[in-house]
Amino acid sequence: MNLLSKVARKHRSLDDLVFDSINLVFMLLLCTVMLYPMLNTLAVSINDATDSIRGGIYLWPREFTFFNYEHVFGQAELLHAGMISVLRTVIGTALSVFCTAMVAYTISRQYFVLRKFVTLAFVLTMYLNGGLIPTYMLMRELHLIGTFWIYIFPGIIGVFNLIVVRSFIEGLPETIFESARIDGAGEFIMFFKIALPLSLPVIATVSLFVAVGQWNQWFDVFLYNSSKEHLSTLQYELMKILQNSNASMSSKTAADAFAGSQSTENNVVTPTSIRAAMTIIVSVPIICVYPFLQKYFVKGLTLGGVKG
Amino acid sequence: MSLQQSPIEPSPMKQTGKPTGIKYFLKKCTEQKALLLMSIPFVIWLIVFKYIPLYGWTMAFQDFKPARPILEQEWAGFEHFTFLFTDARFFEVLRNTLAMSIINLVLGFVTAITLAVLLNELRNLTFKRIVQTISYMPHFLSWVVAASIVSYALSMEHGIVNILLVNLGIINEPIIWLGVGEYFWGIIGASDVWKNVGWNSIIYLAAIAMIDTEQYEAAEIDGASRLQRIWHITLPGMKPVIVILLIMNLGYILESGFEAQYLLMNPMNMDFAENLDIFVLRYGISMGNFSLATAAGIFKTVVSFIFLFSANAIAKKLGEARLF
Repeated sequence: MNLLSKVARKHRSLDDLVFDSINLVFMLLLCTVMLYPMLNTLAVSINDATDSIRGGIYLWPREFTFFNYEHVFGQAELLHAGMISVLRTVIGTALSVFCTAMVAYTISRQYFVLRKFVTLAFVLTMYLNGGLIPTYMLMRELHLIGTFWIYIFPGIIGVFNLIVVRSFIEGLPETIFESARIDGAGEFIMFFKIALPLSLPVIATVSLFVAVGQWNQWFDVFLYNSSKEHLSTLQYELMKILQNSNASMSSKTAADAFAGSQSTENNVVTPTSIRAAMTIIVSVPIICVYPFLQKYFVKGLTLGGVKG
Repeated sequence: MSLQQSPIEPSPMKQTGKPTGIKYFLKKCTEQKALLLMSIPFVIWLIVFKYIPLYGWTMAFQDFKPARPILEQEWAGFEHFTFLFTDARFFEVLRNTLAMSIINLVLGFVTAITLAVLLNELRNLTFKRIVQTISYMPHFLSWVVAASIVSYALSMEHGIVNILLVNLGIINEPIIWLGVGEYFWGIIGASDVWKNVGWNSIIYLAAIAMIDTEQYEAAEIDGASRLQRIWHITLPGMKPVIVILLIMNLGYILESGFEAQYLLMNPMNMDFAENLDIFVLRYGISMGNFSLATAAGIFKTVVSFIFLFSANAIAKKLGEARLF
């Protein structure tokens, strides 16, 4: 058997070698395509703004400076926007994950009288929703427009996350719950003391999904709070910079030469350099976190995808 | 209502019927008040935030004026739908939506499946994990960042795409990619692949992992080449997952995405960039025509449902895995 497969392997080694080489080249190419834009943005962000206008910045800065970052961090509005981004991410994630886990726990209990009803009510909304305008009208009626809470309340429970957590809790050994019940534990105790701690892997996954969603969100700011300076977020500020430079790009004026060039002493920033610095600032937290949760979200996604 | 039929009850009292059912149900409710306390507040939340907006659909059949109370609106029948279906712009928007959606769907499927298959063929597991980690990265970035990267990569003077293409001699001079409407669908498709190919490959890799390894060993002994093994074992093994995902995605056929289009759109490519979502936003929020925008939104939901159920029915007929 062993000999046979060895012979077989040797027999096609050239074939395999060609395949593996092509595959390797493809993978390296893929990694380049995925990484280059970020590395290039990083290089532009730590390069002198006026020097960047000449072009030719690829992976390494030509005239190194931190001024673009100093400028971004020196602006009170941007710092405030950063604070709002952090706040909505922290509050939104904590609340959402807790509530999602709690509802998921109830619909994971096979004996729960409303199990089917609650599950169906949630799942239906995946395909049925009022759409943009009716939702907008509702937010107006609820007086959520122009408040911070519009970032939190509408998205407290995500149906996909709910299903992922439910599937996970359903997979926990039922005997643990049984023995707790015999010891006189109520549902709240079982949720807090058993379901929640044992679900940490899936909680980590869902936290990542929710936190990334909150951190990356700009549309609700744009739709509901665009006139409220004090509720702006980093993504929305970046979006405004992007829109401005897009507009000037399409009218073919040299974007960098004019739009909002501000100079202090001999340091200058341009929309391009600010955009690069902001892109890095909003991306770094995410890039630092997701690789550590990889094994969890891969599992969570697979579970939700198969059972959902 | 499904809440009255409890699966545990063996229904021995067929004659008395319902009263016992309700009594039983109420008794269960008092027993399980903790579970109810944990879930009912969120069902109320769900009704307020997800089901009440459905009532807003009535706006599509009214001449909705925001200043008037909701119950005193004037009815307009199907006027807005008639307007929509005779509006040339709406058909352009529909064309853009379908085109981008289909391009994204096909490109997304083909690239994610290919990537999963090729990743599976990698022998060095560390290398495989590094490639995977890198390929997931763009998925976690916001569309604002992605759009910023795309527009910079495509820019006229310093865009890497133009630099590469000119140096390779494929084009003679730089192209204003985002300034030509005809390129827009392709740009969206490519951006979408860049952002999501790694992420989308996860589920296919999981499907491949479930294939029985004995099949590969047998094929290897029979002298099947790598490509033959991929073609005859890996791909067929992935088929159920592919079919299910295809069905789920057909339900989103009119969801061509919003953020990428909105962020990369400019006056020069707008005729190819505007899709249903942007149309709804433009008519509804910017121009205040709530009724027309809602009508377009309803159209979208209804078509999605038809697609979802048809795809499911077809899969059922073909004896494939299906959603419900």
